[in-house]
Amino acid sequence: MLKIEGVSKLFNPGTVDEKIALLNANLHMKQGDFVTVIGSNGAGKSTLMNIISGVMKPDAGNIYIEGTEVSQLSEYSRSKWIGRVFQDPMAGTAPRMTIEENLAIAYKRGKPRGFSFGVNSKNRKVFREELSRLGIGLENRMTAKVGLLSGGERQALSLLMATFTRPQILLLDEHTAALDPARAELVTTLTENIVRELNLTTLMVTHNMEQAIRLGNRLIMMDKGKIILQVDEAQKQGLTVERLLGEFERISGKKMADDRVVLG
Amino acid sequence: MLVSLVGAVELGLLYALMALGVYITFRILDFPDLTVDGSFTTGAAIGTVMTIAGSPPWLAVIFAFFGGAVAGTLTGLLHTKGKVNGLLSGIIMMIALYSINLRILGKPNVPLRGEANIFDGASVLTIGLILAVVAKIGLDLFFKTNLGLSLRATGDNSRMIRSFGANTDGTIIMGVALSNALVACSGALIAHSQNAANNSMGIGMIVIGLASVIIGEAIFGAKTIFRATLAVVLGAIIYRVIYALALRVEWLDAQDMKLITAVIIVGALVIPTIRRAIKSKSIAKKRTEEVLSSMGQTSGGGS
Repeated sequence: MLKIEGVSKLFNPGTVDEKIALLNANLHMKQGDFVTVIGSNGAGKSTLMNIISGVMKPDAGNIYIEGTEVSQLSEYSRSKWIGRVFQDPMAGTAPRMTIEENLAIAYKRGKPRGFSFGVNSKNRKVFREELSRLGIGLENRMTAKVGLLSGGERQALSLLMATFTRPQILLLDEHTAALDPARAELVTTLTENIVRELNLTTLMVTHNMEQAIRLGNRLIMMDKGKIILQVDEAQKQGLTVERLLGEFERISGKKMADDRVVLG
Repeated sequence: MLVSLVGAVELGLLYALMALGVYITFRILDFPDLTVDGSFTTGAAIGTVMTIAGSPPWLAVIFAFFGGAVAGTLTGLLHTKGKVNGLLSGIIMMIALYSINLRILGKPNVPLRGEANIFDGASVLTIGLILAVVAKIGLDLFFKTNLGLSLRATGDNSRMIRSFGANTDGTIIMGVALSNALVACSGALIAHSQNAANNSMGIGMIVIGLASVIIGEAIFGAKTIFRATLAVVLGAIIYRVIYALALRVEWLDAQDMKLITAVIIVGALVIPTIRRAIKSKSIAKKRTEEVLSSMGQTSGGGS
């Protein structure tokens, strides 16, 4: 489904600020895999997301989505395969447009956008059904501007918009990190349910160790632009936070340094 | 007095197309496009020269529309593909168009008197009203289509719309082209209504367009697209009415109009801000008193 081969990326190449963001990263995800990503500050987790989604292009290496080489495709043309939820709850929705208009935009993912009306009675019905699955009453506020919603509501809507067209790959970049604990829990539960129901191939960055272990069937750990540990389905069963931190110290030779890390 | 007011409304309706164009770039796309000063004259030049050459006036206005679209497309290309700053790409096109407009016109001032005119068959008021309403409703409908939604989202949250597969370079170019097409159309109509086109008639047009948008929004609000476009059309008319009234003040004359325009814009920008500040302050004061009095009651009950 998603194959990353020898992908490297330098920031500010050839200057004194040169930094290795990704170094020879390899990752192979099968259909339905749910991989959580953890790592210290500046480990390259977000760069990995940006390289897959096309926000950045790799300096070396290949990226395949369903067998198609995409590493030189633009962000918008890759979007037909990739659904994304950002860390910032404001980033995934258009605030001055209504809930149903936002959904209409998401509904057209990867399809040509022409002169037919974005919201009509037929797809409004689909939107209402999808919104009611979130269970937070948004289906009764479909003509409200998204800017009026709370951060948690906006993030739940972003999650729905990113997933309801069943993209081949779902990228979650710390999408609960900016929410208060109760909202974060709600969005995490929604994420679990949606990913399981639609059997989405998912890559999720998180700072929450406990969450990284509990969610998904695989786990990868990153440090200094490298994927230093891949935990497969069988190994992940008996994993604990202590053992994970121990592994990190053993491989990287230092303590996990992350000002935002949550041990759970 | 009444005659000059009717004249102001007529002009306002013709300028409304230009204001709607400015609304598309400044409000929908969040792209400060200064091409307008050039493309307005381009439209006037095309509308005038083609009419003199013998083509029907309505055809000349349609060609002016497409001429403006080409100018807008170039500005959009400069900004998106050339990575030139938005303001700067507009200014560059504005300067380039100044020469191009002179080329089209042949000389700085071209009269249209005695030629066919788009307002021959009906009054300026009728035609202006029809065109303004058609443009307003056309835009309202367009902004509800899938293409229109992606254009609005580009100005609202470009990162989001890219993540759903829309090419934001394309939507920006399209929006700026549509905007300048309307502006040029307005230029051609104004040339016909005053029976002449001259090379400097577009100067300051962007400010007039902005003034119309801001006045309209300040008075009529912009909660929905429908309301906002209506506000822009009415704003363009109100601007012309204020202009006409200001000209009747004895110690003001035509050369003071740019200053008056600046004052109008400042007023329209500052007054709503002050009003909001006063309102939120009074609400805060009232709520604080309520909270304090309710706390006083509970502590009184406890003792």
